[in-house]
Amino acid sequence: MIEIKNLNKSFNTANGTIVALHDISLTIQDGEIFGIIGLSGAGKSTLVRCINLLERPTSGDVILDGKSLTGLPQKELLQVRQTIGMIFQGFNLLTQRNILQNVCYPLEIAGFKKKDAVKRAVELIELVGLSDRQKSYPSQLSGGQKQRVAIARALATKPRYLLCDEATSALDPNTTQSILDLLKEINKTMGVTIIVITHEMKVIDQICDRVAVIDNSRIAETGYVSDVFTNPQSDIAIDLILPKANTTETMVGEHRLRIIFDGEASSKPVIANLILECQVPVNILFADTRDIEGKAYGQMILQLPDDTRQQERVLSYLKVNKIAFSKEV
Amino acid sequence: MISEMFQKLWDNGIIQMGIWETIYMTVLATLFSYGIGMPLGLILSVTDKDGIHPMRVLNRILGIIVNIFRSIPFIILMVAMLPVAKFIVGTSLGNQAMIVTLVIAAAPYVARMVESSIKEVDAGVIEAAQAMGTSSFKLVYKVLIPEAKPALIIGSVISMVTILGYSAMAGTIGGGGLGQIAITYGYQRYNNDIIWVCIILTILIVQIIQEAGTRITHKTDKRIS
Repeated sequence: MIEIKNLNKSFNTANGTIVALHDISLTIQDGEIFGIIGLSGAGKSTLVRCINLLERPTSGDVILDGKSLTGLPQKELLQVRQTIGMIFQGFNLLTQRNILQNVCYPLEIAGFKKKDAVKRAVELIELVGLSDRQKSYPSQLSGGQKQRVAIARALATKPRYLLCDEATSALDPNTTQSILDLLKEINKTMGVTIIVITHEMKVIDQICDRVAVIDNSRIAETGYVSDVFTNPQSDIAIDLILPKANTTETMVGEHRLRIIFDGEASSKPVIANLILECQVPVNILFADTRDIEGKAYGQMILQLPDDTRQQERVLSYLKVNKIAFSKEV
Repeated sequence: MISEMFQKLWDNGIIQMGIWETIYMTVLATLFSYGIGMPLGLILSVTDKDGIHPMRVLNRILGIIVNIFRSIPFIILMVAMLPVAKFIVGTSLGNQAMIVTLVIAAAPYVARMVESSIKEVDAGVIEAAQAMGTSSFKLVYKVLIPEAKPALIIGSVISMVTILGYSAMAGTIGGGGLGQIAITYGYQRYNNDIIWVCIILTILIVQIIQEAGTRITHKTDKRIS
């Protein structure tokens, strides 16, 4: 379990002090995939670097399995880092070492015997599906392959935690998908707790159990992905998750209605039933639904006819059927 | 047209000796310069404020010392360092004394060369190594030096050619080699052809060093596939 307690981080620059993180508190449970999402510059990369103390927090503490990391002497901190794997947007492989040697690197640092290190590295390279590229150098691999090597390297010392700093941001959609699948598999089969930093909703959507939305150096909200996605509370989460508010501003016509699907309701043909029952021709201005853990979530913006009686019929139908909605102004 | 003087020098093996002395001085001075300059350059890059182990005061002091030695023109530094040469090798004349002065002049240059090569190593790779629990010491010899290897080799070729140039100047104050031949037999006795022979031989030596360096770099740099 990782506990982040009242963590603050500020940088002193020539132009004064910049606050990167403000009073961050988070608890990450064993075995979960925890997402941290925010716009660039929100402080999420700094936050993940504070977990393994690549960045020293200005104040506050990081507690790993009950042990405070900020007070550890350097030597012990280095050992703790060997139990926390990390992968990066830029892969950061050693350019002058081949794939096998790259995966062996953390094992060398951890003091494994050469023979044991090679054996473990070969296993991991096989796990990430690159057995035929052991002797290749990073310059000869594609981005997705490089990230696979980085994952193998990060897992070499059997860490219990894996930090992913924008690990898929430099990859194309297909490759992103395969890397996400791999991370999910690692989480399930090896029980590695994964912390994912990203600015992409899709990544959170697909693999995370819980999510923290970070904005302007602070945590805006935290919760289960399904809860945050269906019912975002903070402005930034609404911005990130729901379609932008300005999409409605540009829409013409009055009497707009935002319908919110909560997973179960969208398995039913809600709109079709509404039209059939109320005998009202509604106009779909906008629709966006997502599949979260097998359930569909999302929202739709409808335009109702000018007739007030028809409008009321629709509203009462929605109320009776317990479908969440809000009037758009 | 080849002069009598050239014929005489060649027959007496003076030209051949000059080539040998130039190579000998250059190679030994380069090796010793790296012996001092390499650790110095590593310390400079590691203790820099953006380095892996910032140590401001040490970095400043070393930086100033390096800059002082680098700002003295070689011909003056060489004369000034003759007593040091006498102290170290027991004489202020001859090639051994010249090697000492060459090393004193070249080591700070090498240090800056090494420093800039090390600073070229991708910060992300360093960060990844740190995230894996690498100590600063291991980071130097397991990451910084291997990752900077191609740049270090290119740097050593440039340093060697610079030292070769310095070694020619050593001819003016009692050193041997092609520089001394060009000055004593060419310039002072008005034999232009001797000067030209020395120039051509020097160019050849530089070309060989350069070519060998390029090949080694190309062979060892894994970024080029």
